[in-house]
Amino acid sequence: MISRLKSWDDRIFQAIVNGFLLTILVAIALPIWRVFIMSVTPLTFKDNGTFGLWIPPWQWSFEAYRELFKHPSFTQATYNSVIITLGGMLISMVLTTSLAYVLSNPKLPGRKGLMILILVPFLFQAGLIPTYMVVQKMGLVDSLFAIMLPGAISVTNTFVMKGFFEGLPEELEEAARLDGANDLQVLWHVVLPLSKPILMTISLFYAVGYWNEFFTPILYLNDNHLMPLPVLLRNILLAANINEYVESNAFANAPIQAFKAASVFITMLPMVAVYPWIQRYFTRGTLLGGVKE
Amino acid sequence: MRQRLTPLAKSLYKYRWLYLMAIPPLVYFLIFQYLPLWNAQIAFKNFKPLLGVWKSPWIGFDHFIAFFKSFYFTELLTNTIIISLLKLVFGIPMAIVLALALYETAFKRFQVLVQTTAYLPHFLSWVIMLGVLLTILSPGDGLVNSVIKSLGGKPIAFLTSPEWFRFVVVVSDIWKETGWATILYLAALMGIDPTLYEAAQVDGASRLQRIWHISLPGILPVIVILTMLRLGHILNAGFNQIFVLYSLPVYSVGDIIDTWVYRSGILDFQLSLATAVGLFKGVIGLILILVAQRVSKKIAGYTLY
Repeated sequence: MISRLKSWDDRIFQAIVNGFLLTILVAIALPIWRVFIMSVTPLTFKDNGTFGLWIPPWQWSFEAYRELFKHPSFTQATYNSVIITLGGMLISMVLTTSLAYVLSNPKLPGRKGLMILILVPFLFQAGLIPTYMVVQKMGLVDSLFAIMLPGAISVTNTFVMKGFFEGLPEELEEAARLDGANDLQVLWHVVLPLSKPILMTISLFYAVGYWNEFFTPILYLNDNHLMPLPVLLRNILLAANINEYVESNAFANAPIQAFKAASVFITMLPMVAVYPWIQRYFTRGTLLGGVKE
Repeated sequence: MRQRLTPLAKSLYKYRWLYLMAIPPLVYFLIFQYLPLWNAQIAFKNFKPLLGVWKSPWIGFDHFIAFFKSFYFTELLTNTIIISLLKLVFGIPMAIVLALALYETAFKRFQVLVQTTAYLPHFLSWVIMLGVLLTILSPGDGLVNSVIKSLGGKPIAFLTSPEWFRFVVVVSDIWKETGWATILYLAALMGIDPTLYEAAQVDGASRLQRIWHISLPGILPVIVILTMLRLGHILNAGFNQIFVLYSLPVYSVGDIIDTWVYRSGILDFQLSLATAVGLFKGVIGLILILVAQRVSKKIAGYTLY
Protein backbone atom coordinates (compact mmCIF):
# COMPACT_ATOMS: atom_id res chain seq x y z
CA MET A 1 0.00 0.00 0.00
CA ILE A 2 2.66 2.44 1.07
CA SER A 3 4.91 1.57 -1.85
CA ARG A 4 2.02 2.14 -4.31
CA LEU A 5 1.34 5.55 -2.83
CA LYS A 6 4.99 6.40 -3.09
CA SER A 7 5.12 5.43 -6.73
CA TRP A 8 2.10 7.68 -7.46
CA ASP A 9 3.86 10.52 -5.72
CA ASP A 10 6.89 9.76 -7.88
CA ARG A 11 4.88 9.54 -11.07
CA ILE A 12 3.14 12.89 -10.62
CA PHE A 13 6.43 14.49 -9.65
CA GLN A 14 8.17 13.05 -12.71
CA ALA A 15 5.32 14.18 -14.96
CA ILE A 16 5.64 17.76 -13.71
CA VAL A 17 9.44 17.78 -13.93
CA ASN A 18 9.59 16.32 -17.42
CA GLY A 19 6.69 18.45 -18.63
CA PHE A 20 8.64 21.51 -17.51
CA LEU A 21 11.82 20.30 -19.22
CA LEU A 22 9.87 19.62 -22.42
CA THR A 23 8.48 23.16 -22.33
CA ILE A 24 11.99 24.57 -22.00
CA LEU A 25 13.22 22.36 -24.83
CA VAL A 26 10.45 23.54 -27.16
CA ALA A 27 10.84 27.19 -26.11
CA ILE A 28 14.51 27.10 -27.06
CA ALA A 29 14.30 24.94 -30.17
CA LEU A 30 11.20 26.50 -31.74
CA PRO A 31 12.65 29.95 -32.62
CA ILE A 32 15.80 28.35 -34.09
CA TRP A 33 13.65 25.89 -36.04
CA ARG A 34 11.60 28.76 -37.46
CA VAL A 35 14.76 30.57 -38.59
CA PHE A 36 15.72 27.41 -40.45
CA ILE A 37 12.30 26.92 -42.03
CA MET A 38 12.23 30.54 -43.18
CA SER A 39 15.67 30.15 -44.72
CA VAL A 40 14.48 27.26 -46.92
CA THR A 41 11.19 28.88 -47.94
CA PRO A 42 10.88 28.77 -51.73
CA LEU A 43 9.80 31.88 -53.62
CA THR A 44 6.50 30.33 -54.65
CA PHE A 45 5.53 29.10 -51.18
CA LYS A 46 2.08 30.14 -49.92
CA ASP A 47 1.70 30.22 -46.15
CA ASN A 48 -1.16 27.93 -45.27
CA GLY A 49 -1.64 28.74 -41.61
CA THR A 50 1.45 26.97 -40.26
CA PHE A 51 2.90 30.29 -39.00
CA GLY A 52 6.11 29.56 -40.85
CA LEU A 53 6.80 26.55 -38.66
CA TRP A 54 6.39 23.81 -41.21
CA ILE A 55 7.30 23.28 -44.83
CA PRO A 56 7.50 19.70 -46.11
CA PRO A 57 11.15 18.77 -46.70
CA TRP A 58 10.60 18.04 -50.40
CA GLN A 59 9.63 21.68 -50.90
CA TRP A 60 12.72 23.12 -49.19
CA SER A 61 14.68 25.49 -51.38
CA PHE A 62 18.33 26.29 -50.71
CA GLU A 63 18.39 29.16 -53.20
CA ALA A 64 18.92 31.74 -50.43
CA TYR A 65 22.09 29.95 -49.32
CA ARG A 66 23.26 29.72 -52.93
CA GLU A 67 22.79 33.48 -53.35
CA LEU A 68 24.62 34.12 -50.10
CA PHE A 69 27.64 32.00 -51.04
CA LYS A 70 27.83 33.66 -54.45
CA HIS A 71 28.12 37.10 -52.94
CA PRO A 72 31.66 38.52 -52.60
CA SER A 73 30.94 40.51 -49.40
CA PHE A 74 29.81 37.30 -47.70
CA THR A 75 32.94 35.41 -48.75
CA GLN A 76 35.09 38.32 -47.57
CA ALA A 77 33.29 38.58 -44.21
CA THR A 78 33.59 34.83 -43.63
CA TYR A 79 37.30 35.00 -44.39
CA ASN A 80 37.73 37.92 -41.93
CA SER A 81 35.79 36.05 -39.25
CA VAL A 82 37.90 32.92 -39.66
CA ILE A 83 41.12 34.95 -39.42
CA ILE A 84 39.91 36.79 -36.31
CA THR A 85 38.67 33.59 -34.67
CA LEU A 86 41.74 31.42 -35.31
CA GLY A 87 44.30 34.21 -34.83
CA GLY A 88 42.60 35.57 -31.73
CA MET A 89 42.21 32.13 -30.21
CA LEU A 90 45.90 31.35 -30.78
CA ILE A 91 47.09 34.63 -29.24
CA SER A 92 44.71 34.29 -26.30
CA MET A 93 45.60 30.68 -25.59
CA VAL A 94 49.37 31.28 -25.66
CA LEU A 95 49.08 34.29 -23.34
CA THR A 96 46.50 32.75 -21.00
CA THR A 97 48.27 29.41 -20.69
CA SER A 98 51.66 30.98 -19.91
CA LEU A 99 50.14 33.34 -17.37
CA ALA A 100 48.06 30.62 -15.71
CA TYR A 101 51.06 28.29 -15.50
CA VAL A 102 53.29 31.00 -14.02
CA LEU A 103 50.64 31.85 -11.42
CA SER A 104 50.03 28.20 -10.55
CA ASN A 105 53.56 27.84 -9.14
CA PRO A 106 53.14 28.60 -5.43
CA LYS A 107 56.88 28.95 -4.77
CA LEU A 108 57.58 31.54 -7.44
CA PRO A 109 59.03 34.71 -5.86
CA GLY A 110 56.97 37.73 -6.89
CA ARG A 111 53.87 35.67 -7.57
CA LYS A 112 51.77 37.77 -5.23
CA GLY A 113 52.85 41.01 -6.92
CA LEU A 114 51.97 39.54 -10.30
CA MET A 115 48.58 38.54 -8.95
CA ILE A 116 47.88 42.09 -7.74
CA LEU A 117 49.03 43.49 -11.07
CA ILE A 118 46.40 41.37 -12.80
CA LEU A 119 43.59 41.90 -10.31
CA VAL A 120 43.75 45.70 -10.20
CA PRO A 121 42.61 46.31 -13.80
CA PHE A 122 40.21 43.36 -13.47
CA LEU A 123 38.39 45.01 -10.58
CA PHE A 124 38.74 48.56 -11.79
CA GLN A 125 38.27 49.06 -15.50
CA ALA A 126 39.31 52.31 -17.12
CA GLY A 127 36.40 52.12 -19.53
CA LEU A 128 35.82 52.26 -23.25
CA ILE A 129 37.32 55.61 -24.23
CA PRO A 130 40.79 55.28 -22.61
CA THR A 131 41.19 51.85 -24.23
CA TYR A 132 40.04 53.22 -27.56
CA MET A 133 42.73 55.91 -27.29
CA VAL A 134 45.43 53.29 -26.76
CA VAL A 135 44.34 51.25 -29.78
CA GLN A 136 44.25 54.41 -31.86
CA LYS A 137 47.69 55.55 -30.67
CA MET A 138 49.18 52.18 -31.55
CA GLY A 139 47.94 52.54 -35.12
CA LEU A 140 45.73 49.48 -34.85
CA VAL A 141 42.63 51.19 -36.24
CA ASP A 142 41.62 49.39 -39.45
CA SER A 143 43.73 46.38 -38.53
CA LEU A 144 42.31 43.02 -37.45
CA PHE A 145 44.76 43.12 -34.53
CA ALA A 146 42.51 45.77 -32.99
CA ILE A 147 39.96 42.96 -32.57
CA MET A 148 42.43 40.30 -31.41
CA LEU A 149 44.71 42.17 -28.99
CA PRO A 150 42.87 44.48 -26.55
CA GLY A 151 40.88 41.65 -24.95
CA ALA A 152 43.43 38.89 -25.50
CA ILE A 153 43.63 37.76 -21.86
CA SER A 154 40.46 37.04 -19.93
CA VAL A 155 41.25 37.11 -16.22
CA THR A 156 38.36 34.75 -15.49
CA ASN A 157 39.65 32.18 -17.99
CA THR A 158 43.16 32.56 -16.58
CA PHE A 159 41.96 31.79 -13.06
CA VAL A 160 39.91 28.80 -14.18
CA MET A 161 42.98 27.41 -15.97
CA LYS A 162 45.25 28.20 -13.03
CA GLY A 163 42.85 26.31 -10.76
CA PHE A 164 43.03 23.31 -13.07
CA PHE A 165 46.85 23.36 -13.16
CA GLU A 166 46.95 23.55 -9.37
CA GLY A 167 44.77 20.46 -9.16
CA LEU A 168 47.16 18.32 -11.20
CA PRO A 169 49.17 15.73 -9.21
CA GLU A 170 52.45 17.32 -8.19
CA GLU A 171 54.44 14.07 -8.25
CA LEU A 172 54.50 13.94 -12.05
CA GLU A 173 55.99 17.42 -12.34
CA GLU A 174 58.52 16.65 -9.61
CA ALA A 175 59.57 13.46 -11.37
CA ALA A 176 60.12 15.35 -14.62
CA ARG A 177 62.20 17.98 -12.77
CA LEU A 178 64.37 15.26 -11.20
CA ASP A 179 65.01 14.02 -14.73
CA GLY A 180 66.41 17.46 -15.51
CA ALA A 181 63.43 19.06 -17.27
CA ASN A 182 63.11 22.83 -16.96
CA ASP A 183 59.79 24.63 -16.33
CA LEU A 184 59.13 25.08 -20.05
CA GLN A 185 59.64 21.36 -20.70
CA VAL A 186 57.48 20.42 -17.72
CA LEU A 187 54.69 22.61 -19.08
CA TRP A 188 54.98 21.20 -22.57
CA HIS A 189 55.55 17.51 -21.81
CA VAL A 190 53.71 17.01 -18.51
CA VAL A 191 51.16 19.73 -17.76
CA LEU A 192 49.62 20.43 -21.16
CA PRO A 193 49.01 16.77 -22.13
CA LEU A 194 47.14 16.34 -18.83
CA SER A 195 45.10 19.49 -19.37
CA LYS A 196 43.21 18.63 -22.54
CA PRO A 197 39.73 19.20 -21.03
CA ILE A 198 40.52 22.69 -19.77
CA LEU A 199 42.45 23.65 -22.92
CA MET A 200 39.51 22.56 -25.10
CA THR A 201 37.00 24.40 -22.92
CA ILE A 202 38.92 27.67 -22.73
CA SER A 203 39.76 27.52 -26.46
CA LEU A 204 36.07 27.17 -27.19
CA PHE A 205 35.26 30.15 -24.97
CA TYR A 206 37.82 32.32 -26.73
CA ALA A 207 36.83 31.09 -30.20
CA VAL A 208 33.16 31.81 -29.53
CA GLY A 209 34.05 35.25 -28.20
CA TYR A 210 36.06 36.15 -31.30
CA TRP A 211 33.56 34.65 -33.73
CA ASN A 212 30.79 36.69 -32.09
CA GLU A 213 32.81 39.92 -31.91
CA PHE A 214 30.51 42.63 -33.17
CA PHE A 215 31.08 45.85 -31.26
CA THR A 216 34.88 46.09 -31.54
CA PRO A 217 34.84 45.74 -35.36
CA ILE A 218 32.35 48.61 -35.50
CA LEU A 219 34.50 50.57 -33.06
CA TYR A 220 37.92 50.00 -34.60
CA LEU A 221 37.33 49.19 -38.28
CA ASN A 222 36.18 51.67 -40.92
CA ASP A 223 37.16 49.64 -43.96
CA ASN A 224 34.19 47.58 -45.14
CA HIS A 225 36.49 44.88 -46.49
CA LEU A 226 37.66 44.08 -42.96
CA MET A 227 34.21 43.58 -41.43
CA PRO A 228 33.49 40.11 -39.98
CA LEU A 229 30.27 38.14 -40.38
CA PRO A 230 28.29 39.55 -37.41
CA VAL A 231 28.60 43.09 -38.79
CA LEU A 232 27.52 41.95 -42.26
CA LEU A 233 24.67 40.01 -40.68
CA ARG A 234 23.44 43.06 -38.79
CA ASN A 235 23.57 45.12 -41.99
CA ILE A 236 21.61 42.47 -43.88
CA LEU A 237 19.02 42.17 -41.09
CA LEU A 238 18.40 45.89 -40.82
CA ALA A 239 18.85 46.82 -44.47
CA ALA A 240 15.94 48.87 -45.71
CA ASN A 241 17.08 48.13 -49.21
CA ILE A 242 18.57 44.67 -49.28
CA ASN A 243 19.78 45.14 -52.84
CA GLU A 244 22.86 46.76 -51.35
CA TYR A 245 23.93 43.30 -50.27
CA VAL A 246 22.84 41.06 -53.09
CA GLU A 247 23.11 41.19 -56.83
CA SER A 248 20.16 42.82 -58.49
CA ASN A 249 18.73 39.57 -59.81
CA ALA A 250 19.01 37.74 -56.49
CA PHE A 251 15.33 37.68 -55.72
CA ALA A 252 14.48 35.90 -58.87
CA ASN A 253 15.09 32.73 -56.84
CA ALA A 254 14.56 33.36 -53.12
CA PRO A 255 12.40 35.65 -50.97
CA ILE A 256 14.08 38.41 -48.93
CA GLN A 257 13.06 36.77 -45.65
CA ALA A 258 14.72 33.53 -46.71
CA PHE A 259 17.89 35.44 -47.50
CA LYS A 260 17.93 37.10 -44.05
CA ALA A 261 17.16 33.83 -42.27
CA ALA A 262 19.85 32.01 -44.24
CA SER A 263 22.41 34.65 -43.12
CA VAL A 264 21.40 34.10 -39.49
CA PHE A 265 21.59 30.34 -39.81
CA ILE A 266 24.97 30.34 -41.55
CA THR A 267 26.49 32.61 -38.89
CA MET A 268 25.09 30.34 -36.20
CA LEU A 269 26.23 27.08 -37.80
CA PRO A 270 29.94 26.88 -36.82
CA MET A 271 29.08 27.29 -33.13
CA VAL A 272 26.24 24.77 -33.33
CA ALA A 273 28.54 22.31 -35.08
CA VAL A 274 31.58 22.64 -32.82
CA TYR A 275 30.15 22.94 -29.37
CA PRO A 276 28.56 19.50 -28.76
CA TRP A 277 32.05 17.97 -29.24
CA ILE A 278 33.51 20.10 -26.51
CA GLN A 279 30.47 20.23 -24.25
CA ARG A 280 31.40 16.94 -22.58
CA TYR A 281 34.53 18.58 -21.22
CA PHE A 282 32.90 21.52 -19.51
CA THR A 283 30.09 19.57 -17.89
CA ARG A 284 32.64 17.66 -15.84
CA GLY A 285 33.18 20.46 -13.41
CA THR A 286 36.19 21.93 -15.18
CA LEU A 287 34.68 25.35 -14.62
CA LEU A 288 34.88 25.13 -10.87
CA GLY A 289 38.57 25.99 -10.88
CA GLY A 290 37.67 29.57 -10.04
CA VAL A 291 36.04 28.71 -6.72
CA LYS A 292 38.22 29.68 -3.79
CA GLU A 293 37.88 28.46 -0.25
CA MET B 1 80.91 31.36 -10.33
CA ARG B 2 77.58 30.19 -8.92
CA GLN B 3 78.62 30.74 -5.32
CA ARG B 4 79.08 34.46 -5.84
CA LEU B 5 75.49 35.04 -6.94
CA THR B 6 73.19 36.77 -4.46
CA PRO B 7 70.08 34.88 -3.27
CA LEU B 8 67.91 37.15 -5.44
CA ALA B 9 69.91 36.43 -8.57
CA LYS B 10 69.88 32.77 -7.64
CA SER B 11 66.12 32.55 -7.50
CA LEU B 12 65.80 34.69 -10.61
CA TYR B 13 68.00 32.12 -12.33
CA LYS B 14 66.16 29.19 -10.86
CA TYR B 15 62.78 30.45 -12.10
CA ARG B 16 64.12 32.06 -15.30
CA TRP B 17 61.75 30.13 -17.58
CA LEU B 18 58.71 31.18 -15.60
CA TYR B 19 59.79 34.83 -15.56
CA LEU B 20 60.44 34.65 -19.29
CA MET B 21 57.00 33.17 -19.80
CA ALA B 22 55.45 35.97 -17.74
CA ILE B 23 56.83 38.71 -20.01
CA PRO B 24 54.31 38.54 -22.91
CA PRO B 25 51.28 38.60 -20.58
CA LEU B 26 52.90 41.45 -18.62
CA VAL B 27 53.42 43.46 -21.79
CA TYR B 28 49.78 42.85 -22.64
CA PHE B 29 48.66 44.10 -19.24
CA LEU B 30 50.86 47.19 -19.43
CA ILE B 31 49.64 48.20 -22.89
CA PHE B 32 45.98 47.25 -22.84
CA GLN B 33 45.13 47.52 -19.13
CA TYR B 34 47.51 50.03 -17.51
CA LEU B 35 47.90 52.53 -20.37
CA PRO B 36 44.09 52.96 -20.42
CA LEU B 37 44.20 53.57 -16.65
CA TRP B 38 46.78 56.27 -17.33
CA ASN B 39 44.61 57.74 -20.09
CA ALA B 40 41.66 57.84 -17.71
CA GLN B 41 43.10 61.05 -16.22
CA ILE B 42 41.45 62.95 -19.07
CA ALA B 43 38.25 62.63 -17.04
CA PHE B 44 39.71 65.43 -14.91
CA LYS B 45 41.10 67.36 -17.85
CA ASN B 46 39.91 69.32 -20.81
CA PHE B 47 41.35 66.86 -23.29
CA LYS B 48 42.80 68.35 -26.46
CA PRO B 49 44.02 65.66 -28.88
CA LEU B 50 46.73 68.02 -30.17
CA LEU B 51 48.14 68.53 -26.66
CA GLY B 52 47.93 64.87 -25.73
CA VAL B 53 46.85 63.26 -22.47
CA TRP B 54 49.59 64.67 -20.26
CA LYS B 55 49.66 68.28 -21.48
CA SER B 56 45.91 68.90 -21.63
CA PRO B 57 44.83 71.35 -18.90
CA TRP B 58 43.38 70.07 -15.60
CA ILE B 59 39.81 71.13 -14.84
CA GLY B 60 39.02 69.04 -11.77
CA PHE B 61 35.58 67.50 -11.40
CA ASP B 62 33.76 69.67 -13.97
CA HIS B 63 32.84 66.74 -16.23
CA PHE B 64 31.49 64.73 -13.30
CA ILE B 65 29.42 67.67 -12.08
CA ALA B 66 28.10 68.30 -15.59
CA PHE B 67 27.08 64.64 -15.76
CA PHE B 68 25.39 64.56 -12.36
CA LYS B 69 23.43 67.73 -13.17
CA SER B 70 22.34 66.60 -16.63
CA PHE B 71 18.85 65.21 -17.24
CA TYR B 72 20.24 61.96 -18.65
CA PHE B 73 22.04 61.07 -15.41
CA THR B 74 18.90 59.75 -13.67
CA GLU B 75 17.57 58.26 -16.89
CA LEU B 76 20.77 56.29 -17.58
CA LEU B 77 21.15 55.13 -14.00
CA THR B 78 17.48 54.10 -13.75
CA ASN B 79 17.54 52.20 -17.05
CA THR B 80 20.79 50.45 -16.16
CA ILE B 81 19.67 49.36 -12.70
CA ILE B 82 16.11 48.40 -13.66
CA ILE B 83 17.22 46.24 -16.59
CA SER B 84 19.94 44.61 -14.47
CA LEU B 85 17.62 43.95 -11.57
CA LEU B 86 14.84 42.52 -13.73
CA LYS B 87 17.32 40.13 -15.34
CA LEU B 88 18.56 39.07 -11.90
CA VAL B 89 15.17 38.73 -10.20
CA PHE B 90 13.67 36.58 -12.97
CA GLY B 91 16.84 34.96 -14.28
CA ILE B 92 18.26 33.43 -11.11
CA PRO B 93 15.08 31.62 -9.89
CA MET B 94 14.51 30.38 -13.43
CA ALA B 95 18.02 28.90 -13.54
CA ILE B 96 17.56 27.28 -10.11
CA VAL B 97 14.24 25.70 -11.11
CA LEU B 98 15.72 24.42 -14.37
CA ALA B 99 18.75 23.00 -12.56
CA LEU B 100 16.49 21.22 -10.04
CA ALA B 101 14.32 19.80 -12.84
CA LEU B 102 17.40 18.58 -14.72
CA TYR B 103 18.68 16.99 -11.53
CA GLU B 104 15.39 15.29 -10.67
CA THR B 105 14.36 13.85 -14.02
CA ALA B 106 14.53 10.06 -14.16
CA PHE B 107 15.34 10.00 -17.89
CA LYS B 108 19.08 10.35 -18.38
CA ARG B 109 19.00 10.81 -22.17
CA PHE B 110 16.27 13.40 -21.99
CA GLN B 111 18.33 15.25 -19.40
CA VAL B 112 21.34 15.34 -21.72
CA LEU B 113 19.17 16.47 -24.64
CA VAL B 114 17.64 19.36 -22.68
CA GLN B 115 21.03 20.32 -21.25
CA THR B 116 22.70 20.39 -24.66
CA THR B 117 19.87 22.44 -26.17
CA ALA B 118 19.68 24.83 -23.23
CA TYR B 119 23.43 25.58 -23.22
CA LEU B 120 23.47 26.37 -26.93
CA PRO B 121 22.00 29.91 -26.97
CA HIS B 122 24.79 31.06 -24.63
CA PHE B 123 27.18 30.64 -27.55
CA LEU B 124 25.12 32.70 -29.99
CA SER B 125 26.00 36.35 -30.43
CA TRP B 126 23.46 39.10 -29.90
CA VAL B 127 23.43 39.80 -33.62
CA ILE B 128 22.25 36.25 -34.23
CA MET B 129 19.79 36.81 -31.40
CA LEU B 130 18.53 39.89 -33.26
CA GLY B 131 17.89 37.66 -36.27
CA VAL B 132 16.10 35.11 -34.10
CA LEU B 133 14.09 37.82 -32.33
CA LEU B 134 13.01 39.37 -35.62
CA THR B 135 11.80 35.93 -36.73
CA ILE B 136 9.67 35.76 -33.59
CA LEU B 137 8.67 39.38 -33.00
CA SER B 138 8.77 41.28 -36.29
CA PRO B 139 5.47 43.10 -36.86
CA GLY B 140 5.31 41.83 -40.44
CA ASP B 141 5.80 38.07 -40.31
CA GLY B 142 7.10 37.36 -36.81
CA LEU B 143 5.71 34.25 -35.15
CA VAL B 144 4.08 36.07 -32.22
CA ASN B 145 2.55 38.75 -34.40
CA SER B 146 1.29 36.17 -36.91
CA VAL B 147 -0.55 34.49 -34.06
CA ILE B 148 -1.86 37.85 -32.76
CA LYS B 149 -3.07 38.77 -36.25
CA SER B 150 -4.75 35.42 -36.79
CA LEU B 151 -6.63 35.98 -33.54
CA GLY B 152 -7.81 39.34 -34.85
CA GLY B 153 -5.40 41.51 -32.82
CA LYS B 154 -3.13 44.34 -33.92
CA PRO B 155 0.58 43.52 -34.43
CA ILE B 156 2.96 44.90 -31.78
CA ALA B 157 6.30 46.51 -32.63
CA PHE B 158 8.10 44.82 -29.72
CA LEU B 159 11.60 46.11 -30.44
CA THR B 160 10.73 49.72 -31.16
CA SER B 161 7.98 50.50 -28.64
CA PRO B 162 9.06 51.85 -25.22
CA GLU B 163 6.36 49.81 -23.44
CA TRP B 164 7.79 46.51 -24.64
CA PHE B 165 11.52 47.07 -25.04
CA ARG B 166 12.63 46.21 -21.48
CA PHE B 167 10.38 43.15 -21.53
CA VAL B 168 12.06 41.93 -24.72
CA VAL B 169 15.52 42.66 -23.31
CA VAL B 170 14.87 40.72 -20.10
CA VAL B 171 13.07 37.75 -21.68
CA SER B 172 15.62 37.36 -24.49
CA ASP B 173 18.45 37.47 -21.95
CA ILE B 174 16.75 34.77 -19.88
CA TRP B 175 16.12 32.70 -23.02
CA LYS B 176 19.79 32.97 -23.94
CA GLU B 177 21.54 32.53 -20.59
CA THR B 178 19.34 30.42 -18.27
CA GLY B 179 20.61 27.07 -19.55
CA TRP B 180 24.22 28.07 -19.16
CA ALA B 181 23.57 29.45 -15.67
CA THR B 182 22.44 25.98 -14.51
CA ILE B 183 25.99 24.59 -14.80
CA LEU B 184 27.18 25.82 -11.42
CA TYR B 185 23.90 24.88 -9.67
CA LEU B 186 24.02 21.41 -11.20
CA ALA B 187 27.62 20.98 -10.08
CA ALA B 188 26.55 21.94 -6.55
CA LEU B 189 23.60 19.51 -6.66
CA MET B 190 25.90 16.68 -7.76
CA GLY B 191 28.08 17.49 -4.78
CA ILE B 192 25.32 16.87 -2.22
CA ASP B 193 25.86 13.74 -0.13
CA PRO B 194 23.43 11.08 -1.52
CA THR B 195 22.98 9.49 1.92
CA LEU B 196 21.06 12.62 2.95
CA TYR B 197 18.39 11.80 0.36
CA GLU B 198 18.31 8.17 1.40
CA ALA B 199 17.87 9.10 5.07
CA ALA B 200 15.07 11.52 4.14
CA GLN B 201 13.36 8.82 2.08
CA VAL B 202 13.47 6.44 5.03
CA ASP B 203 11.93 9.16 7.17
CA GLY B 204 9.09 9.41 4.65
CA ALA B 205 9.89 12.83 3.21
CA SER B 206 8.09 13.65 -0.04
CA ARG B 207 9.90 14.71 -3.21
CA LEU B 208 9.13 18.35 -2.61
CA GLN B 209 10.24 18.12 1.00
CA ARG B 210 13.54 16.62 -0.11
CA ILE B 211 14.08 19.49 -2.56
CA TRP B 212 13.15 22.05 0.07
CA HIS B 213 15.14 20.59 2.95
CA ILE B 214 18.15 19.03 1.21
CA SER B 215 18.65 20.27 -2.36
CA LEU B 216 18.02 23.97 -1.81
CA PRO B 217 20.10 24.27 1.39
CA GLY B 218 22.80 22.27 -0.41
CA ILE B 219 23.10 24.79 -3.22
CA LEU B 220 22.43 27.86 -1.09
CA PRO B 221 26.11 28.92 -0.97
CA VAL B 222 26.25 28.87 -4.77
CA ILE B 223 23.01 30.85 -4.98
CA VAL B 224 24.39 33.46 -2.57
CA ILE B 225 27.71 33.75 -4.40
CA LEU B 226 26.15 34.09 -7.84
CA THR B 227 23.54 36.58 -6.64
CA MET B 228 26.17 38.72 -4.93
CA LEU B 229 28.36 38.54 -8.03
CA ARG B 230 25.48 39.73 -10.19
CA LEU B 231 24.69 42.51 -7.72
CA GLY B 232 28.33 43.55 -7.84
CA HIS B 233 28.03 43.87 -11.61
CA ILE B 234 24.67 45.60 -11.52
CA LEU B 235 25.92 48.53 -13.59
CA ASN B 236 26.67 46.11 -16.44
CA ALA B 237 23.19 45.80 -17.86
CA GLY B 238 24.41 43.99 -20.99
CA PHE B 239 26.08 46.40 -23.38
CA ASN B 240 26.33 44.03 -26.35
CA GLN B 241 22.67 43.13 -26.10
CA ILE B 242 21.37 46.69 -25.81
CA PHE B 243 23.77 47.96 -28.46
CA VAL B 244 22.34 45.49 -30.99
CA LEU B 245 18.68 45.70 -30.01
CA TYR B 246 18.03 49.35 -29.20
CA SER B 247 17.06 52.20 -31.50
CA LEU B 248 16.14 55.87 -31.19
CA PRO B 249 12.44 55.30 -30.23
CA VAL B 250 13.42 53.26 -27.14
CA TYR B 251 16.35 55.35 -25.82
CA SER B 252 14.14 56.62 -22.97
CA VAL B 253 13.76 53.09 -21.51
CA GLY B 254 16.74 51.26 -23.00
CA ASP B 255 19.71 53.62 -23.04
CA ILE B 256 22.23 52.45 -20.41
CA ILE B 257 25.48 53.97 -19.13
CA ASP B 258 27.66 51.95 -21.51
CA THR B 259 25.70 52.76 -24.65
CA TRP B 260 25.66 56.43 -23.72
CA VAL B 261 29.43 56.44 -23.14
CA TYR B 262 29.90 54.99 -26.62
CA ARG B 263 27.67 57.53 -28.31
CA SER B 264 28.95 60.61 -26.51
CA GLY B 265 32.60 59.57 -26.60
CA ILE B 266 33.04 57.96 -30.00
CA LEU B 267 30.23 59.45 -32.07
CA ASP B 268 30.13 62.96 -30.51
CA PHE B 269 33.87 63.20 -29.67
CA GLN B 270 33.21 64.26 -26.05
CA LEU B 271 36.17 62.15 -24.95
CA SER B 272 36.69 63.72 -21.51
CA LEU B 273 33.02 63.68 -20.53
CA ALA B 274 32.53 60.09 -21.69
CA THR B 275 35.68 59.01 -19.84
CA ALA B 276 34.38 60.69 -16.68
CA VAL B 277 31.10 58.79 -16.95
CA GLY B 278 32.99 55.54 -17.57
CA LEU B 279 35.19 56.24 -14.57
CA PHE B 280 32.15 56.97 -12.40
CA LYS B 281 30.79 53.58 -13.40
CA GLY B 282 34.17 51.97 -12.69
CA VAL B 283 34.38 53.41 -9.17
CA ILE B 284 30.81 52.43 -8.23
CA GLY B 285 31.39 49.01 -9.76
CA LEU B 286 34.57 48.49 -7.74
CA ILE B 287 32.84 49.40 -4.48
CA LEU B 288 29.88 47.13 -5.26
CA ILE B 289 32.11 44.18 -6.12
CA LEU B 290 34.21 44.53 -2.98
CA VAL B 291 31.07 44.73 -0.83
CA ALA B 292 29.51 41.77 -2.67
CA GLN B 293 32.67 39.69 -2.17
CA ARG B 294 32.68 40.45 1.54
CA VAL B 295 28.99 39.63 1.98
CA SER B 296 29.21 36.35 0.09
CA LYS B 297 32.28 35.35 2.05
CA LYS B 298 30.40 36.04 5.26
CA ILE B 299 27.20 34.21 4.29
CA ALA B 300 28.48 31.41 2.09
CA GLY B 301 31.97 31.00 3.51
CA TYR B 302 33.74 31.31 0.18
CA THR B 303 33.65 33.29 -3.01
CA LEU B 304 34.43 33.19 -6.71
CA TYR B 305 37.93 34.32 -7.78
